[in-house]
Amino acid sequence: MPLDYNERMPAAEKTLDEILALAAAHFKVPREKLAPDDDFFKSLGIDSLQTLDLLTKLENHFHIELPDYELQGVSDFRTLAGKIQARL
Amino acid sequence: MLDLRQYTCLGAALRDALDRFSSEVCLIEADRDREKVRLTYSDFKEIALPLARALEDADFDSGDRAAIIMTNQSKWLISAYAIFYCGGVLVPLDYKLTAAEHLQLLAHSKSKVLVVEYYLWRAIMQSPEFSKIGTKIVLVTESPLGTDLAGAFRWEDFKRKGAPDFVMRQREDVACIVYSSGTGGRPKGCVLTHENYLEQCRSLTSWYPFWPGVRYLSVLPTNHAIDFMVGFIGPFVCGACVVHLRTLRPEFVRDAFVRYRITYVSLVPMIVKNLEKGLRAKIDELPRWKHAILHSMIATNKLLTRRRPNVKLSRMLLPGIHRAFGGELLALITGGAFMEPSTMQFFYDLGIPVANGYGLTEAGTALTLNDLKPFRADTVGKPLPGVELRILNPDADGVGEVAAHSKTVMSHYLDDPELTLETIIDGWLLTGDLGRFDGHGHLQLLGRKKNMIVTEGGKNIYPEDIETVFDGLPVKEYSVFAANYIWPTKELGGESLVLVVRLEPNQVFDSKLLEEVSGRNRRLPDFKRASGYLIWDKDFPRTASMKIKRQILAEEIGRSLDRTAIVKW
Repeated sequence: MPLDYNERMPAAEKTLDEILALAAAHFKVPREKLAPDDDFFKSLGIDSLQTLDLLTKLENHFHIELPDYELQGVSDFRTLAGKIQARL
Repeated sequence: MLDLRQYTCLGAALRDALDRFSSEVCLIEADRDREKVRLTYSDFKEIALPLARALEDADFDSGDRAAIIMTNQSKWLISAYAIFYCGGVLVPLDYKLTAAEHLQLLAHSKSKVLVVEYYLWRAIMQSPEFSKIGTKIVLVTESPLGTDLAGAFRWEDFKRKGAPDFVMRQREDVACIVYSSGTGGRPKGCVLTHENYLEQCRSLTSWYPFWPGVRYLSVLPTNHAIDFMVGFIGPFVCGACVVHLRTLRPEFVRDAFVRYRITYVSLVPMIVKNLEKGLRAKIDELPRWKHAILHSMIATNKLLTRRRPNVKLSRMLLPGIHRAFGGELLALITGGAFMEPSTMQFFYDLGIPVANGYGLTEAGTALTLNDLKPFRADTVGKPLPGVELRILNPDADGVGEVAAHSKTVMSHYLDDPELTLETIIDGWLLTGDLGRFDGHGHLQLLGRKKNMIVTEGGKNIYPEDIETVFDGLPVKEYSVFAANYIWPTKELGGESLVLVVRLEPNQVFDSKLLEEVSGRNRRLPDFKRASGYLIWDKDFPRTASMKIKRQILAEEIGRSLDRTAIVKW
C-alpha cells in the first residue's frame, strides 16, 4: 500500500538532512550554512568533478547506485535528495 | 591499418575493417566494475547488419539524416555504422543539452531517424515542444519492456533478417552534421564530408598510430569531434579496441586504466588536472626517503627523454607510476580547451606524453598536434600532415587570426550560406582564434577574436546561446559577452562570461532584481553561467533591424570600464 503524504515527508526530509550533513562534513563547511535549495556548486565551492566525489560518498551512505545521468542538470540539494529518495 | 586512400566513404572503410579484423575485440563496455559488453569485429557486424536492414525496410535512404543522442556506449557505434551502411548522414547530438535543445536541433537537421537512450527520450517526451517533433523513426535503447515509448521502437527489437544493401557514398558526400553551437539562436551545423573524415584519420594516425591490441579509453562524449575520430573511426580502421565506461566517476576511470591496460585516452584539461592533483597528493604522502628516490628517478627520466619520449625506459624508471595507469599507456591526448603547460610537463616528466592539440569542429577534428619531437608544453603543436595554417594580419609580435586550409575543413554550415561565406574565404577557414608561430613551426594560441569562451571541460559557450534564459528580464536591455572579448588578453585560460545590463531610467539594481538575475543564471548548467554582471549606462548600439552591434558595444565598454566593473554574484 502506498504511504500517505505525511508518512513520506519525514523520510524525504530525513534523506535531505543526511545529505546536508554528509556534504558539510565531507567538504568541511558548517552544516548551518547549507540550505536545501542551495546551489551545491556554490555553497560548497566545488566543481563538477568534486560533485562526483560527493555522489560516491552518498551512494556508500545510502547503499544505492546513482547513474551519472540522474545528476545531469541537478544543482540543488533538494532535487538531489529526491533522486536518492526515489531509489531507497 | 586500412589504406584509407582507397576508400570513398566511412561506411566502406568500416565494412572492410569488420571483415579484416573479425576476430579482434573492438568494443568493451563496463558499468563500474561490471563488464557488460565485449564484442569482436565479427560480433559487431552481426548486431549492426540486422539494424541496417531494418532501417532500409523503414525507408531510410541514402542521404537521409539520422541523429544519435546517447552517452558513450557500444550501441552508439553500432547505430552509427548501420546508418553509414545505408548511406545515411549521421547527426551526433550532445546528450548534455536539454530536451528542448534536442528538439530544436532535430528540427534544424531534419533528421528522419533518432537513436536515443531511454532516459533522454523520457525527457524529450515530457518537453512541451514534443508534439512538434518531425522525426519519423525513433529507436530507444535500454527501455524497460512494456514501457509506453510514444510511438518509438525499442532499439533492441528493431532488426530484420536478410542482408542489407550496402550504399556506397563518394568522398564529397556528406558524412556528418555536427553542431558546434547555436542552441540559443543561430544553429551552427558543420557539414562534414567523407573526405574530411578519411583525410583527418590518415593524418592523425600517421602521428599517433593504432593497431590490433591497442585499447582506447573513450571518455569524451562520442558526439564530440575528437572522440568520434580517435574513439571510433581511428581505432576501427586499424583493428584496435575501444573501451566505454557507463560511469565517469574518477575512481572507476582510474580502475579502467589498470583493468583494461589502456594505450591511449583523450581527456579534457579539467580531468588531466584532477589526475595531476591526485598523483601529487599521493607522492606527497610518501615517506621522505621514498620521496627522494622518486624525485631522483623523475629527474633522470626528464634528462633521458628531453629529446623524445622513451616509454619503455620511463616504465623501468618509474614502475609504480606507470602501473597506476595500467602499465601500457602511450599518451594522454588532450585538446578542446586551454591546458596549463605545468600540468603537461608534470606528466611528461613522469614518462607519460601529453599529446596536446588544437582544432575545431569546423576543421574536422584537429589542426595541430604535439609531435613529441621534442615534447613542448608551451604550444599546441605543429600543423598535422596535410594542414596549412596562416596567421592573418599579424601584429608586431606576429600575432593574428589563425586561418586553416586542409582537406579536413568542413564543406559549409547547414542552411546558412551567409555564415559560411563569413567563415570560409577562398578555401581558408577563419578560426576566430589568435595565435603565432614560433621559430620551430609550433603554434602558440594567444586569445580569441570571437565572442565565445571555452571552459576547462572543453565546452564551447557562445553568449547568444545563453541569452534566452534572461528573456523578459525587467531592465531596459541586456547582452552577454565573453569578458575577454570586451577586454582582449593575449592568453587563454580562466575565461568567463559577463552579463551587461542597461537599466530603465531611474531604475535601481536592487536586491529583488539581483535575485531575479542570479536566479535565472542558476537555471543554466554550471558551465554555461555568467560569472557576474556589469551595469552599462548608455543605450546599446543597434542595427536598423534592431540587432545589438555586439562588437561596437564591447569596444565601447572596454574603453570606458575595466574588469573591476564586473560584479560577481
